[in-house]
Amino acid sequence: MTADTLNPAKAGLRAWLTTDTPASRGHARVVQAYLGWLSLTRNPLALLGLAILVVLIAVSALAPWIAPHDPLAQELTNRLQPPGSPGHLFGTDELGRDILSRIIHGASITLYIVTLVAVTAPVVGLVIGSLAGYIGGWTDTVLMRLTDIFLAFPRLVLALAFVAALGPGIENAVLAIAITSWPPYARLARAETLTVRHQDYISAIRLQGASATRIITGHVMPLCLSSVIVRVTLDMAGIILTAAGLGFLGLGAQPPIPEWGAMISSGRKFLLDQWWVATMPGLAIFIVSLGFNLLGDGLRDILDPRSGQ
Amino acid sequence: MPISSEAGQMPLISVTDLDVRFGSDDEIVHAVRGVSFDVAEGETFGLVGESGSGKSTVLRAMSGLNADWTGSIEIGGTLLGRVRGKPFYKRVQMVFQDPYGSLHPRHTVDRILSEPCQIHRMSDIDDRVSDVLVAVGLGPTFRFRYPHQLSGGQRQRVAIARALILEPEILLLDEPTSALDVSVQAEILNLLQRLKQERGLTFVLVSHDLAVIAHMCDRLAVMNAGRIVEELTVAQLRASEPAEAYTRQLLKASLGYDRSAAAGMESFD
Amino acid sequence: MIGANGGKDGALLTVEDLSVRFHTRTGIVDAVRNISFSVGREKVGIVGESGSGKTMTGRSVLRLIRPPGEITAKRMEFDGHDLLTLSEKQMRDIRGDRISMVMQDPKYSLNPVMTIGEQIAEAYRVHTGASFRDAKARAAEMLAAVKIRDPERVLSLYPHEVSGGMGQRIMIAMMLIPDPDLMIADEPTSALDVTVQMQVLAIIDDLVTQRGMGLMFVSHDLNLVASFCDRVIIMYAGQIVETCKASELDQAKHPYTRGLLNSLPRLDREPGPLPVLERQESWKTEPGVDAYFK
Repeated sequence: MTADTLNPAKAGLRAWLTTDTPASRGHARVVQAYLGWLSLTRNPLALLGLAILVVLIAVSALAPWIAPHDPLAQELTNRLQPPGSPGHLFGTDELGRDILSRIIHGASITLYIVTLVAVTAPVVGLVIGSLAGYIGGWTDTVLMRLTDIFLAFPRLVLALAFVAALGPGIENAVLAIAITSWPPYARLARAETLTVRHQDYISAIRLQGASATRIITGHVMPLCLSSVIVRVTLDMAGIILTAAGLGFLGLGAQPPIPEWGAMISSGRKFLLDQWWVATMPGLAIFIVSLGFNLLGDGLRDILDPRSGQ
Repeated sequence: MPISSEAGQMPLISVTDLDVRFGSDDEIVHAVRGVSFDVAEGETFGLVGESGSGKSTVLRAMSGLNADWTGSIEIGGTLLGRVRGKPFYKRVQMVFQDPYGSLHPRHTVDRILSEPCQIHRMSDIDDRVSDVLVAVGLGPTFRFRYPHQLSGGQRQRVAIARALILEPEILLLDEPTSALDVSVQAEILNLLQRLKQERGLTFVLVSHDLAVIAHMCDRLAVMNAGRIVEELTVAQLRASEPAEAYTRQLLKASLGYDRSAAAGMESFD
Repeated sequence: MIGANGGKDGALLTVEDLSVRFHTRTGIVDAVRNISFSVGREKVGIVGESGSGKTMTGRSVLRLIRPPGEITAKRMEFDGHDLLTLSEKQMRDIRGDRISMVMQDPKYSLNPVMTIGEQIAEAYRVHTGASFRDAKARAAEMLAAVKIRDPERVLSLYPHEVSGGMGQRIMIAMMLIPDPDLMIADEPTSALDVTVQMQVLAIIDDLVTQRGMGLMFVSHDLNLVASFCDRVIIMYAGQIVETCKASELDQAKHPYTRGLLNSLPRLDREPGPLPVLERQESWKTEPGVDAYFK
């Protein structure tokens, strides 16, 4: 705090960011975001999770520049080199490709999968869940039974069936994951909607003459959104693993794409003698999943309205 | 048999034989049974009763929040249907009991107040919002705050502002001060009285507190077990002249603790 | 089993310089600041608005403040026991046997999956070591003592099947099993209708007069406290601003008490704007008005 007194401009900015009396709509939003950021910074583990995510994004954006080798370049004379061999920090795989470079290039594929799933499944779930919860009656019954049907299938098996029908490939794997992972979000959104629906502030906006669409999108969904976001970050680890699983089974990304799951799959054959081929991408999956989980836990503390301000 | 408020004058609100039932076939709760009353323009009419008496249910049926009613509700000579349109909401607004539950936790005061104007496609939204904030005694500094940054009394002022921004004629008040401290209650009651005079509003006030009803109302109906036990003027109430035993007991209990009176309390279910 | 009356002036509970602090991220919050009072075998009302520290005062006597809250006091003595130095185990005995607490909402104090009868019998067995059969029989007597008309039927009900007034009577019945010397009641009737409130208060009143129990009655309702209690303590911002006889509350001297009384709508007051309480910063620092302390 003493630094602030020395630096009036900084103190002024902080006062502007934490004021109780914002002067405009935008200002109010900035203040809320800053306060959220402050409470995130009080949780070191969540910050670690955020840092892992930032590193993942940076690595995938800068892959062509930071990767020491071409991820696809084969060098059969140099195959299955152990970690730390000259020029290959993480070693090489069975075709002599540099594992570090493949992991770096694989980051963008993982990010791609995660982003695609994150913008499809939760959105579908949120819409279906809040519609079912708010409208109720037959709509609720039909939508929720549909959800139950999807929930009843084992997720990986259903994804396998979809990929088998659509043909292997990253996009189809993502589609299969999205189709199988929306039902929990619909359940969650419906449960949240049911608790919100009878609150006085919903009655109040109904008494202002608002349409059902306005109430659902402007009043119900924002309250479901925070628990859905938290759930998404916590589920990300599972999504990465499912994508890796599909890759591992040969139904996701196709060779020679350096997808982490596919890399583990091909390394499996040498697991006993050349452990690093499967372990290095496995570690990458582990670290990224951990990052999402830590961030999700932190976000839950910030976004959950019940946790109090 | 409602006493007409002023002879010859047509009432602004007229409720006749209102029945409200909840639940499905096997378990029906008959919450309101044959309630009738009239409210004249500019009057404050009180509905008083204990929990479960059906007083809030009457208000929710009038507001359109509850559609499971039979009977007739007329406002300004027009019969109301189950589903109300925008013109109705522009005439009739409601203030809820719990100021902590009646404001959306993720919306700023500005959004809470400007949304009704957007729904009704009103012009000069900015001016309306700042005017109504001044009218309820909150300055412009409150405009972009979130509900969690406000005290209970300030929240209830925002809720009143929200009800007023459409410039209605009738305010339905559901226990508007029972969640507030007494000193804040006094401020809110004063505010409501002032707004009523300035804007020529008609109030229907539901409360369990006879003292609040006596302070605010001209006439009141006492409810018990879904029925109106009796209708009386506030002067009759103040003079302790209720005709019905139930009202006399309620009045006695409201005056504070009295060991001998407690022994004589009866159940009127 | 009424112990030797400790303390001077027959006081059951003596509290001196009690403070309750909460250590939060943003700093220290003083919920209660250096208050002193005593309770004898009488009805003492503690009145205040929300945030005045009245609930914290009641809870701190039983040391029911959880971290980050912290209780400090120069003296907190109950019937010869120093409540500040007792071990947690000894404190549990005090809570079970000597001081009982009744909360605002009985729904949260009763176990939802046990019948009323089982809960009362269980409490009685734990306390006296009686057989299950005896405990059942005593449970019915307990309910009769709090004026429940059909005790046998009520014993077989689950908590969600009883009304608020009935639930509160059941809570009081359970509190009475150990025959406590002091009862701390935190807004015990504010969720109840006025007529039911009268009946519940009458039961508490009789217990105080017949068994010689002490009562700390925490409430926001000035009118009720004035008519029900013997003495009234008025709290504001964690401090005691005034102490007086309940019957003399209408002659209260402190501007805060006067302001609160004036802001109440009354049946015998003519309509017109209610006087609004103007709070003064100085109330938080200057000493309160004590009708007993000359």
